Amino acid sequence: MTELLLFRDIDEPGLATIDVYKRRGGYQSLERALRMPREEVLQNLLDSGLRGRGGAGFAMGKKVSFLPKGTIDKYLVCNADESEPGTFKDRELMQKSPHMLVEGMIIAAYAADANRSFIYIRGEYEQQAEILERAIAEAEAAGYLGERILGSDHSQSLVLHRGAGAYICGEETGLLDSLEGKRGNPRLKPPFPANQGLYQGPTLINNVETLATVPTIIKLGGAEYAKLGTETSTGTKLVSVSGNVQRPGNYEIELGIPSREIIYGLAGGPEPGREVKLWFPGGSSSPVLEAKDLDLPYDFDSMAKAGSMLGSGAIIVVDDSVRVVDVALKLAKFYRHESCGKCTPCREGTNWTVKMLQRVESGEATPMDLDIIASVQDQIMGNCLCVLGDAMAMPVASMVKKFRGEFEAHIEERRAAAGLGAPHFDAPLDAALHGAPSGVHA
Amino acid sequence: MTPPDSSIARYEHGSRIPGWDDAVDLAKDPAGIPDPALTPVPAELRAAIEASMAKYPDFRSAAIPALHAAQELHGWCSPEAIEQVACVMRLTPAYLTAVATFYDMFSTVPVGRQTVYVCTNISCSLRGADALYAAMQDAAGDDPDFNVRAFECLGACDIAPMASVNGAYVGPLELADAETIVAQLRAGEDVLPDKQLLRRKVADPRAASGPAPSTAAPTLFEDEDA
Repeated sequence: MTELLLFRDIDEPGLATIDVYKRRGGYQSLERALRMPREEVLQNLLDSGLRGRGGAGFAMGKKVSFLPKGTIDKYLVCNADESEPGTFKDRELMQKSPHMLVEGMIIAAYAADANRSFIYIRGEYEQQAEILERAIAEAEAAGYLGERILGSDHSQSLVLHRGAGAYICGEETGLLDSLEGKRGNPRLKPPFPANQGLYQGPTLINNVETLATVPTIIKLGGAEYAKLGTETSTGTKLVSVSGNVQRPGNYEIELGIPSREIIYGLAGGPEPGREVKLWFPGGSSSPVLEAKDLDLPYDFDSMAKAGSMLGSGAIIVVDDSVRVVDVALKLAKFYRHESCGKCTPCREGTNWTVKMLQRVESGEATPMDLDIIASVQDQIMGNCLCVLGDAMAMPVASMVKKFRGEFEAHIEERRAAAGLGAPHFDAPLDAALHGAPSGVHA
Repeated sequence: MTPPDSSIARYEHGSRIPGWDDAVDLAKDPAGIPDPALTPVPAELRAAIEASMAKYPDFRSAAIPALHAAQELHGWCSPEAIEQVACVMRLTPAYLTAVATFYDMFSTVPVGRQTVYVCTNISCSLRGADALYAAMQDAAGDDPDFNVRAFECLGACDIAPMASVNGAYVGPLELADAETIVAQLRAGEDVLPDKQLLRRKVADPRAASGPAPSTAAPTLFEDEDA
């Protein structure tokens, strides 16, 4: 196991204050970066191969390089909305090591030549917002923020902006609208935020963990950082393990270690006597994986190859005492509640998925409804301005596909319990479409 | 794991909009930007909003911070609160109402001052959040001072099942904690000091000065047949 990078001193008392942070080597990377030309800082970010830690996994250096050059107002926005169910790594970082984020933001803004920066923190994180507010004030007093930082030509302001509770504001363009004081509706892309983002200016948007990793990259050097992890998933990653495990919490891992080592080794696995039934590798929006996938290496590409995604690094474990129908319904209700309503496939699709799953739950459904659920998910995916609809469609579709037998058995059991009589679906047609439905006629 | 579907209030005909079938006063002009001479705004609210507006290149960005400040003062985003914000920001009440109704933390109906958000999303519900929410509702009863709500993922699945009590995260909670929380809030005490998130070490056992967390796993698994 490698050395911890982000979590090294995380529980050091007083790390949230600038004194302790500096004693632990803080702000040295900033001083070093400001002595480099901008291009060299950017080159380090490119060399590091750091991929965004918020969900999409896009190369951070490349994102910085997309910003146009020249003397226009450019913005850096830190996405601290962290609303993906199961994710709580940024909270730990901001609460315990806020200066690491502030330092990373100054270096990233220097590389992108952005002078105004914002942290959009979700409204529920009141305590973390207070801690960050204090850290920003300390950094300003120490001369790390403001005009001509440490005698360089870089000037920067940093404003903490509290949201007010909306999952959609974790989506980058929804976040920008919210930061502009509007309802958090996503925008049509392109133009991408790198060209036209906040206040129509070029904007770099990164996740908390991504930005907090930047000081480490400058300290080690981009090429050295890239030696950690796998070839295409470099570095270490904070993973949030939750659900049916014995030791839920945040762990820092080197990308590419077996998933089993995280779920069983670090988090302790399910309670004794219970087995992993399914797990979400990257937050509730990722397609589910099964117990047989536990030996896959935990990195961006392996997860993508298995038909899922690493996402935000939030592993949710569901054990065999839980019914998959309940999980699907819970998720669908969440996405219905959070859909902003701008695009029809998402607004209507999430609503109808909930209604159909409720029919499954109450035993009023037929196996054909499962096909309709699957087809609705198909029609949501890729048809909206943002991926909120897809975020429901992917896990729900994967659950219906991988656990179809259980869904069908559940329908049958509920139908019998509710005294609804024999199924009225057309059994031969259904069989012709899908082969004999498993577990239904048992 | 199947609570009553109460997250979205529904009115007749399935509408989500309160007052959807109230007759519209067609003779009335739409509300414009409130007249400062006729709209008294408390000095501290005005100062807070103006300070927020000064922080951004575009003053509209201060809409959410301003509504937070107004809600803090009034207890909810009442028409009066919205009017005061509109007056200071020089925006129409309609614009601010549109913003306030979008976000879960703003309330456009009167609510209690003691806010308890119980997370009932996936990770917490796997650990018994739905039963906890029911216990919390029972404990608060119909006390108008309490605003107990089921909330979407609050980002603290490591202390599941958990709740945000007036902004302070506490967990892992047991059913009996619901009564304690209500009693402590009524007495004006610090809520469950031992279970506050801020005092918790990181779970990763290799973090330098962080000892391994307590291995006493919460035993709040719901009985499936219950």
